[in-house]
Amino acid sequence: MRAYTERIREAAKRLLTEKRVDVVIGFRKGTIPLVNEPFLVKDPKDADQLYWDGNCGVNLANYLAKRTDRVAVVAKGCDTRNIVVHLLEFQIKREQLYILGAPCHGMLDRRKIAGELKGKEPTFAEESDGTVKISGREFEVTLDRKEFLQENCSICIHRNPVLYDELVGDLVEEQQNVDRYVDIREIEALLPADRWQYFSKLVEPCIRCYACRNACPACYCPTCFVDESRPQWVGKSLDKTDTLTFHFLRAYHLGGRCTDCGSCERACPVGIKVRKFTKKLEKDIRELYGYETGLSVDERPPLDTYRPGDPEAFIK
Amino acid sequence: MSEWEPKIVAFLCNWCSYGGADLAGISRLQYPANIRIIRLPCTGRVNPKFILATLRHGADGVWVSGCHPGDCHYIKGNLYARRKFALLKNFLEYTGIIEPNRLHFSWISSAEATKFAEVARGVVDAVRAAGPAQHFIKKQAEVV
Repeated sequence: MRAYTERIREAAKRLLTEKRVDVVIGFRKGTIPLVNEPFLVKDPKDADQLYWDGNCGVNLANYLAKRTDRVAVVAKGCDTRNIVVHLLEFQIKREQLYILGAPCHGMLDRRKIAGELKGKEPTFAEESDGTVKISGREFEVTLDRKEFLQENCSICIHRNPVLYDELVGDLVEEQQNVDRYVDIREIEALLPADRWQYFSKLVEPCIRCYACRNACPACYCPTCFVDESRPQWVGKSLDKTDTLTFHFLRAYHLGGRCTDCGSCERACPVGIKVRKFTKKLEKDIRELYGYETGLSVDERPPLDTYRPGDPEAFIK
Repeated sequence: MSEWEPKIVAFLCNWCSYGGADLAGISRLQYPANIRIIRLPCTGRVNPKFILATLRHGADGVWVSGCHPGDCHYIKGNLYARRKFALLKNFLEYTGIIEPNRLHFSWISSAEATKFAEVARGVVDAVRAAGPAQHFIKKQAEVV
């Protein structure tokens, strides 16, 4: 992780002093352990604040849509796939971008770690090869990194950047034989009434803060459907119907655009597993149209195209 | 409950299925009166928001119908719609918002009045079998 940090700092300084880019988007250490914050560097003097470890789960592609300046961005596998989505949707031009590809080892789930610490407050965390050392007042634990990855990272099959100008670390080995849809198939196997129960319960704690929407790199509409008032398609109340409508439509908007980067789940303050919605669409699109999001800038997204023989058994 | 009749909202495309409904009427073909038709320029105009809104406001079933693939007035509106609907139907059923036989799609041209009447009967029967929709209807706050 140290090596990544050094190379990111070096690249940022070089790009800024050579005036190749106007801004470098990366991470710096957050104010509390296990949380890093996005950081925009415009002055090479600030480049030494840039940092990289397993707490860089925020998707930096979120900061790219509609930018007009030249940007260098540190991007993991999923971030680069979201950049591809942006390119396909004309949110930014390739010429504006300088992508510092960061082959990813999976990001840490701070909630899982907090669960393991059972209420003890961590004051310091450090990562080394495959382990995370966490210490606080009168305790110190060493955790196996693999056990505490974000759920989407543990089933990730695109850890290496798909698009980059420069790498800040060596390419990693992709995970093989991952069954990405075990949980989705379990839900599909339930009876309709039980599925309704499952999803009603799932969204019950939702406070409609829209953090999942704001953290999502693919959500950049000038007026979001939840903010429309004439007509008002989604009610503003905490009524179950309204909440479920919000989650349903949010996920549907991401059909064929979601890269399963996990930003939504990471951002949720009440810990709703919102990927249970988006992953179903990902699965269907893969099964029906054989499309995987963000791997190629030459193929149009699945809902922006059609084929004569698309499945239509459900149409009378 | 014996008096319950299903309420079905039908989104019909102006150029084909709406014409089909018109011809069915002119031809005096019989089909159940449970269908409320909303005329759209094209099935490509159907936004998932519309379907969720009808369900939220108390529809027991939704039926979307348009031109056969290749016959779209706008050349390819229904071809885009086909992909959209495939995902939508799967997703609505996956989340349990509707049971499988509440949402129907069909391709009916403006000459197919008999098919229109037939499908209309089929849709009404299926929704009737599913019974009154309950869980996704938004309830008004009770005033005590």
